[in-house]
Amino acid sequence: MNKTAMTLASQVELAREAGRHTHHFHGGLHLRHNKKISCRDPVVRPALPELLIVPLLQHAGDIAEPFVSAGEKVLKGQRIGQCQPSAAVHSPVSGTVEAVENRPMSHPSGQPGPCVVIRPDGNEQWVELEPVSDWENASPETLIAKIQDCGLVGLGGAVFPTHAKTRDGRDRQIHTLILNGSECEPYISCDEMLMREQPDKIILGARVLRRALGAERVVIAIEDQMGAVQKALTRAAKLAGSKNISVVKVMTIYPEGGERQLIQVLTGLEVPAGGRPSDLGMVCQNVATAAAVADAVVEGKPLIERYITVTGNGISQPRNFQALVGTPFSHLVAACGDYTDDVARLVVGGPMMGYPIATDDTPVVKASNCLLALTHRDIADPQPEMPCIRCGECARVCPATLLPQQLHLQIKTGLWDQVQEYGLSACIECGCCDYVCPSHIPLVEWFRYGKGEQRKRALESEATELARKRFEDREARLLRFKQERAEKMTRRKQLLKDKAGRGDRIRDAIARAENRVTRTGETPDDA
Amino acid sequence: MLIPILVLMTLGIVFGLGLGWAAIRFRVQSDPVIERIDALLPQTQCGQCGYPGCRPYAEAISREEADINQCPPGGDAGIRALADLLGREAKPLNPENGELTPKTVVVIDEQRCIGCTLCIQACPVDAIVGATKLMHTVIASECTGCDLCLPPCPVDCIDVIEVKPGILRWRSPRPHGVQDPAVPQ
Amino acid sequence: MTRSFETGGAPHMPPQTTVAAVMLQVLLALVPGVLAYTWFFGPGILIQIILATFFALLFEALMLRWRGRPLKPFINDYSAVVTAVLFALCIPPLAPWWISCIAMLFAIGFAKHLYGGLGQNVFNPAMVGYVVVLISFPQVMTAWLPPLALAEYSPGLVDSLVTIFTGHVPVAGAWDAVTQSTPLDTLKTGVDAGRMVPEIRSAPIFGDYGGMGWEWIANWFALGGFFLLYKRTINWHVPVSVIGSVILLSLPFWLADPDSNPFPLQHVFSGGLVLAAFFIATDPVSGCVSNRGRIIFGAGVGIITLVIRRWGGYPDGVAFAVLLMNMAAPLIDRYTRPRMYGE
Repeated sequence: MNKTAMTLASQVELAREAGRHTHHFHGGLHLRHNKKISCRDPVVRPALPELLIVPLLQHAGDIAEPFVSAGEKVLKGQRIGQCQPSAAVHSPVSGTVEAVENRPMSHPSGQPGPCVVIRPDGNEQWVELEPVSDWENASPETLIAKIQDCGLVGLGGAVFPTHAKTRDGRDRQIHTLILNGSECEPYISCDEMLMREQPDKIILGARVLRRALGAERVVIAIEDQMGAVQKALTRAAKLAGSKNISVVKVMTIYPEGGERQLIQVLTGLEVPAGGRPSDLGMVCQNVATAAAVADAVVEGKPLIERYITVTGNGISQPRNFQALVGTPFSHLVAACGDYTDDVARLVVGGPMMGYPIATDDTPVVKASNCLLALTHRDIADPQPEMPCIRCGECARVCPATLLPQQLHLQIKTGLWDQVQEYGLSACIECGCCDYVCPSHIPLVEWFRYGKGEQRKRALESEATELARKRFEDREARLLRFKQERAEKMTRRKQLLKDKAGRGDRIRDAIARAENRVTRTGETPDDA
Repeated sequence: MLIPILVLMTLGIVFGLGLGWAAIRFRVQSDPVIERIDALLPQTQCGQCGYPGCRPYAEAISREEADINQCPPGGDAGIRALADLLGREAKPLNPENGELTPKTVVVIDEQRCIGCTLCIQACPVDAIVGATKLMHTVIASECTGCDLCLPPCPVDCIDVIEVKPGILRWRSPRPHGVQDPAVPQ
Repeated sequence: MTRSFETGGAPHMPPQTTVAAVMLQVLLALVPGVLAYTWFFGPGILIQIILATFFALLFEALMLRWRGRPLKPFINDYSAVVTAVLFALCIPPLAPWWISCIAMLFAIGFAKHLYGGLGQNVFNPAMVGYVVVLISFPQVMTAWLPPLALAEYSPGLVDSLVTIFTGHVPVAGAWDAVTQSTPLDTLKTGVDAGRMVPEIRSAPIFGDYGGMGWEWIANWFALGGFFLLYKRTINWHVPVSVIGSVILLSLPFWLADPDSNPFPLQHVFSGGLVLAAFFIATDPVSGCVSNRGRIIFGAGVGIITLVIRRWGGYPDGVAFAVLLMNMAAPLIDRYTRPRMYGE
């Protein structure tokens, strides 16, 4: 049934039933999980590294302004940077700031960016924490302000500032909070370990977020083989005495963890094109974000660490860590047995959507959910890139029901209007099309390039429109001035010709001059 | 012999009338050519093409007085787009008018500015604000980089700076693709 | 201690399939049908396949060189071999060697490489090659053999080779003694002459449904087609709509007048319809991109085939139908774009 034919209001109503039944989304792939290898050991905090490199750009938005400079001493959890209206950056350790300089950071461009380099002193002394006292009765705005102070961003990967999403949700009267625990990319298991080890914190965070949003219910979505996780979460919810928190299992088809696909699975509805989940009355947050919300509001702790999976065939002993933001990846790799001999590539993120990094002294940031080390066998390609044979496999697996082979052709030949029409902006860059392509065309790279080009062209066309308008307005103004001057000239000429009224005009002019005296208190002789 | 001639004549008349009616009934409203040419020009309003602004240049192109390769800020991409639109041949950029340079904006050094308003009068898009004997300043987001304000300034207080996209404006690079020389890169 | 790595693009997983693998699957699916063909009509078809493959690869190499492209990935992708085999299955088993040569020149040289090479051809190359030789050399292209079971003269391997390369029939001397018209041809001339269909069908050349031998070959091709469906190499939309539209369109005609119109299944099992439904109309490059488009495409192929068979000048119109629908495919695509998420 084409549910987008329903009115938005009725869709919002239908969305209240989220989780009662599960639905399907189009396409998707059954991928081998490869998660067990990193779930064998419990999660630990690695030892403190020698240096922590904290990038000032870890969130969606502008680069944060640093508040500290070289030589200053900082405490653990102290704010060291802020980007209004986006998120703040906090120091993960107590120690001394060595420098504020450009260093490699985990950015898809591979470019270095401004970072605060901190040398820890080993004391791990916290700054004075200010939790929200009695959060259950605090105003939602207080909760949101605390979330903002603690620099919380979405830990599912998009690092969108949580306070902004929550405020937006409040404004739009959200009824359901969805916690996304269905970690769908292969190899990544950090969310699963978090749910296994700290279900209480997740439930606590869910309750805080629900209060902040003004939502009625919480639906936690997990993958269908996570039986132990479901038990743990349900028990935690019951212990907390909270009603209206349900744990729903969704079928494991990549990419069911994508926000839009998850909503389609839980409700059968599609987020309107160009819209957001809050249009349907729902907000989706990662389970790790919920845990961070609990830390922030109930304990006053800012976001300075996260669960991260270090795994892949290129790592000797894959496992999960609870790592501080700013820890270099090399430190984590050393803590899990170092690389294997045939390691060939490092990827931040999963194998389908991750970005490769060139050096392993890149630091952990708020968005880093996984470090994947791949071997030569993993990335070997027997066939070079061939032209598209239009087999249609990509369209069969696309979860957004796009036509990747058409989009690829249009981007390649620069048909940007058609790219818009065929919905490139709806692409979630999941990599399903790339995976099945027999011609080994790097479709995700093409679409990332295409989206960048679209944005650039949109900005450029805005700028040219503005320039054109300003030019035309200026031309119009100059023309008007010319016309007014010409009219004034003709009027003056008329007046000169009119000899009859000349005497009157001279008398009026004298009267005006005398009036000026009365107004300003001076005579023309005084001036 | 007569009948086939009459039949063909009748068919011709019927189809002709039908086509004429369809041309009126299904007419597609499209912008006049000048608007479409102007939409392809970069709106820098620099005058390097020899015309006082992009709109006059567009009008000259439509009257076939000007060639389509006169605009340096539009570059080769602009020439190709014009060639596609008008069905004319794409030529290389006319080097007499200048080269395609990276995007620049100007900035006024406030220490040296004397408030003469000559640059304000020169700017074709009103991107400079100020008044007589008061500070002038350039609104960077509106500056098109046309450099028309540089010559009139009597104290030479206007500097040209290149706009470099920072990490926030970074875009994914174009993949190499299967080598195909026919496709413009 | 830091380490540097080389970077590369996503996804960072071993690739699942290759173009060559896809083409090889298609070739594998054709094997049962080819074996059945050899069983019923002798080894001539195998020689034609080898000849066509040779010429196809030759012209592919020449065109790649001329276009300045590397030979390595393109020769090995077996796409030219698929074109050659599909073409060879459409021509008489004893056609002269130069038929393959000219057809492959047009198929690979013109229809494929002059349009841009792999993935860029507008028309199905095998069908272009077939239609060019069909129109240019009608006499040679209609010299079909009867099934071995019915034939007085059944050429063995050596005799076939001699015939193909010299153009002479070693035994009996004359072509007329060796060849016989196909079941479709017999049907068409019979109906045009005013005879009734059931009477025409009583001739031994007709089997239960289609022509004797031909219907079994069609069965085996269908088997190969089901294999491709199982492997998801082709979509079910095209075969179902080709065969479905043929049945649906011929059914009312047969119900109205069974004496002048063949039974629907007879249409399905005659000529190249099953081969076209599973292997030719499913060519992804020249077909439609969306599933709805594929259904329309297949229906068009079925309808035009029937029209040509019934009222056109040729006994079997599948090749022309496919080429005409190739022309229409971009237009169909434009109007059958699938609804996107959230639209």
